[in-house]
Amino acid sequence: MTTRIERRFAELRREGRAGLVTFLVAGDPDIPTFERLLERLPAAGADLIEVGMPFSDPMADGPTIQAGNLRALSAGVTLARTLECVRRFRARDDTTPLVLMGYYNPIWAYGRLRFLDEAVSAGVDGLIVVDLPPEEDEELCLPALERGLDFVRLATPTTDDRRLPAVLRNVRGFLYYVSLTGITGVKEALAEAVAPQVARLRRHTELPIAVGFGIKTPEQAAAIARVADAVVVGSALVGEVAAHLDAEGRPGKGLVAAVHGRVEALARAVRTARS
Amino acid sequence: MTIANSLRTGPDEHGRFGLYGGRFVAETLMPCILELEAAWEAVRRDPGFQAELDAWLADYVGRPSPLYFAERLTEALGGAKIYLKRDELNHTGAHKINNCIGQALLAKRMGKRRVIAETGAGQHGVATATVCARLGLDCVVYMGERDIERQKPNVFRMRLLGAEVRPVSSGSRTLKDAMNEALRDWVTNVESTFYLIGSVAGPHPYPAMVRDFQAVIGREAKAQILEKEGRLPDVLVAAVGGGSNAMGLFHPFLDDREVRLVAVEAAGEGLDTGLHAAAMLKGRPGILHGSRSYLLQDEDGQVIEPHSISAGLDYPGIGPEHSWLKDIGRLEVTAATDREALEAFETLARLEGILPALEPAHALAATAKLAPSLPKDALVVVNLCGRGDKDVYTVARHLGVEL
Repeated sequence: MTTRIERRFAELRREGRAGLVTFLVAGDPDIPTFERLLERLPAAGADLIEVGMPFSDPMADGPTIQAGNLRALSAGVTLARTLECVRRFRARDDTTPLVLMGYYNPIWAYGRLRFLDEAVSAGVDGLIVVDLPPEEDEELCLPALERGLDFVRLATPTTDDRRLPAVLRNVRGFLYYVSLTGITGVKEALAEAVAPQVARLRRHTELPIAVGFGIKTPEQAAAIARVADAVVVGSALVGEVAAHLDAEGRPGKGLVAAVHGRVEALARAVRTARS
Repeated sequence: MTIANSLRTGPDEHGRFGLYGGRFVAETLMPCILELEAAWEAVRRDPGFQAELDAWLADYVGRPSPLYFAERLTEALGGAKIYLKRDELNHTGAHKINNCIGQALLAKRMGKRRVIAETGAGQHGVATATVCARLGLDCVVYMGERDIERQKPNVFRMRLLGAEVRPVSSGSRTLKDAMNEALRDWVTNVESTFYLIGSVAGPHPYPAMVRDFQAVIGREAKAQILEKEGRLPDVLVAAVGGGSNAMGLFHPFLDDREVRLVAVEAAGEGLDTGLHAAAMLKGRPGILHGSRSYLLQDEDGQVIEPHSISAGLDYPGIGPEHSWLKDIGRLEVTAATDREALEAFETLARLEGILPALEPAHALAATAKLAPSLPKDALVVVNLCGRGDKDVYTVARHLGVEL
């Protein structure tokens, strides 16, 4: 049995192009607006969707995504509500892979096994949990794999060849290469630096490789799309949400269209990068 | 000598104390944490390193710190004999420097030229800035904007010592947010930078390493009380924020089961007000800043902003070894409010001529409740882990005095 993630990467290979992975924080800036954003992401060109599970202390994120987390929490988003959003999305779209990304404590507080079971039934395809390195695989990774939920791991510039086998051991779905040492959305990814790293990873794994952190513009996305299997864009989209809030933090009229417009431009760049 | 069923052998090879501890960090940091663990394992067995550390502690920090019989406080409370472990007499005025010297020497051995630290009360920041100045290391200290406001003298001290103090404006703008920001810096500058954590918190090996550097407090106290009284104390009392001064005092006594260990959390405005920092009394196990431990969090696992008059106790978590010792019943946990700490601050000033920091003032407040119920020949040792000069503005404000 193949998974949605496997099917999507197989399609991308057939089309001879990289995929676009979009990241938004669940319930940012509020749940109805987020659901409108989510619903049309595939039509705007997202090949794979990452949804952030809001956390009060997102240690690996820069100011843009920190702010998105806080907006979502202020709007009353919980893990249960995040799963409800996924469930409603999945009722309308059975093909676009959806991966939840976040930090461990909200999952731990919810009850790890309960969370995994509900994530599977809601239609989640994979998990990225930033603060669970392979040393802690028994916490969540192994129970997730037992339930058929992919566990996507981050590899970073500091993950050397000695450590890579440990990082790759229980990864399923795809490998997420963090293009730089740092937090999200602050520095800029350089394709010249990324290319040899992706080549290095390919010597160790057959898994598709997505590259993220520091990719904002269509030009940067296209450059990465020439070397990686997928390009992840997060802070630029969350920043677009922030840019369309009024003084009281309420969503302005153009918010949804602006975010989708941004996704369309990125998708065009990614789709044509290799032609 | 190995003691059967010793409580002093933790953590295990996964950095766990029972359920607690671990290494819950981003992959970027993992290689660096493993490198640190290896470096630490090498120096802890290296007599040369230990001799170097001991020389610094003696000549630069001023150890051993006295164990002082607080005669007038004992008389006033009318119960147990109270001894104060005078770690406020250390260079820089708190216990924090014991650990800073150790980690900074380790940083130098590892070839790291840049040190970062988080600070709440500013004591750890000052101690870090001090040892970095002495060892010629670049130093950046993250400090919450709210704490900068509360601890202006320490901010100025750090700058005088050549450190860059970076204000943190995210979240509650206190210690937890300073630690988030320090972790973000570390992820960004991982190759060049040594993260000098100030408490027995964070990912393995920090809780064990900081404990071992602070255990000099308990080793000295044990020898000193044996010399003065010919026997072990009945009770040890220490304030806990992250828990480093308490663990430093308690750890050498863990296997002396007849010695009661009392950790005092910050009850802020009261344990039932929601405005406190009592992680063990009011929190649940959770994961923050690299380890699992008791944590103040809401039902959804979001971290609750703590409150305490003491910037050094204003932290939503606690070291993992404390959590484990609490669960197995070795550690007694109690709390003191802001008001009780202020009263204890004034009492010690007037009776003993010592201004305690607001952190150990919490331990003194708990002692004031405990000592009268104990017999006169009972022995209590309180960790006076910092001096109160840095807190005079805060205390003045609460007493309605304008400076």
